[in-house]
Amino acid sequence: MEKAHESLKQLFQQEFSKMVAVISKLFGLQHIEIAEDIVSETFLLATETWETKGIPKNPTAWLYTVAKQKTLYHFRRNKIFEKKVLPELTSREEKTIEIEALNFSQQNIKDSQLQMLFAICTPAIASEAQIGLALRILCGFGIDEIAEAFLSNKETINKRLFRAKEKLRIEKVKMELPSEHEIVNRLDNVLHIIYLLFSEGYYSKTQNQILQKDLCLEALRLGVMLTTYERTNRPKTNALMALMCFHASRFNARQTNEDAAVLYEQQNEALWDTALINQGNHFLHLSAQGDEISSYHLEAKIAYWHCIKEDTREKWEDILQLYNQLLLVNYSPSVALNRTFALYKANGQQAALLEAEKLKLENNHFYFLLLGELYKNIDNIKATSNLKKAYALAKTQTEKQGIQEKIDSLT
Amino acid sequence: MKDFMLIFRQPSYDYSNTPKEEMQAIGKKWADWVGGIAAQGKLTNNGTRLALEGKVLKAGGVITDGPFVEIRERLGSFIVVKADSLEDATTLAHGCPALDANGSVEIRAII
Repeated sequence: MEKAHESLKQLFQQEFSKMVAVISKLFGLQHIEIAEDIVSETFLLATETWETKGIPKNPTAWLYTVAKQKTLYHFRRNKIFEKKVLPELTSREEKTIEIEALNFSQQNIKDSQLQMLFAICTPAIASEAQIGLALRILCGFGIDEIAEAFLSNKETINKRLFRAKEKLRIEKVKMELPSEHEIVNRLDNVLHIIYLLFSEGYYSKTQNQILQKDLCLEALRLGVMLTTYERTNRPKTNALMALMCFHASRFNARQTNEDAAVLYEQQNEALWDTALINQGNHFLHLSAQGDEISSYHLEAKIAYWHCIKEDTREKWEDILQLYNQLLLVNYSPSVALNRTFALYKANGQQAALLEAEKLKLENNHFYFLLLGELYKNIDNIKATSNLKKAYALAKTQTEKQGIQEKIDSLT
Repeated sequence: MKDFMLIFRQPSYDYSNTPKEEMQAIGKKWADWVGGIAAQGKLTNNGTRLALEGKVLKAGGVITDGPFVEIRERLGSFIVVKADSLEDATTLAHGCPALDANGSVEIRAII
């Protein structure tokens, strides 16, 4: 029973985004909330009906039929269809469109979802709200799940989504693919949102591992969607896909049963997902077409190296150069720290120590952890004092415990 | 923090016969050095690279071709860094590969 419930939940989650996209496409984004309501009502009816009569042979077709009826009923009942939607539709050239045009064909679903992706990733909406909206509308997540992912509460998320949808209305955002000359810029924004969505899962604030994985899988799914369209299947789209595949391949290896993250160095590579690594290699290969080197290209190549556990000079030398380049496009303290770690692996402790001392990232516990590592066997007193600073700044008990073990091994 | 330009000059040198590996090693040295500044969050602009060949126009319409034999040090390229003072900017310039090649780094505030 529990299992049946799980698979229904999954089905609803998948179908939510498809149905909302198709209904919104026909009636316009300004009616997106109605589309959401219709789909939710459909699920409610499905749950009730299926509980007594059993799940139909083709549950998806059942859902589409009911959603169609409900849509028709809703718009007729509220006279919205006649007064607002119909004149709008007929004023356009598409006079033939009628309610029957609400078609849930595979192609129409795909097209509508892609257009929805571009609509939600409009630059008019702040990126945090975009992720929330993407999770709701494109991934079919419930408000409580979104709240958990953001370590927030339902009320805040609801407000955020409400404002984002209002923005869609005010800015009159349309569900359509951007024009040929616009698509390059708009695609950047879409890729960025997918990247953030993935990171939200991968470096999640929540401890819920299923939710973390779901976020990553959804990001991958949206990325795959972009690769199936010629106009959005660009080298950097593939670079982002490669990056996500390589990271996702280590998902199971990162986690122990005790809910603690396992650091890369201690990971059991037998748990790495080789199918995903192969996928990553495939996308990495495709990303190499053309001249553009985006930050996704650099990060994908770094992630590629991390899927090869064996340490070679070539590996770390290449990683160092990739981080050097990444810093030029995208500085962040963590990139700076990773770059210094690569310098240590490629050029040795002394060289890295000199550079590390210049970073001065005084409130970052990873910084002191790195200094502790670099001072090891050169000056163990300094190594210990740096590790103690790291200990004081570390946020989780697991991290503190790991640092304490390092301190103990030095003294 | 203010912006400072680091201007690199090196003795004129013909790289056309330098082996590929050596060129790569030189490239790596530069990348590591600039990467070190970028890691400190102090790189404002990675500048532009200049080709070896060029021309010089002088008063009276005299045009000479490069390499510029009459100049001891040829302008290589530049980067722009962030620093609190001219002294700090000069500290950043230490370790510049141009110095290994007997060149120099000129540090000037951008106003």
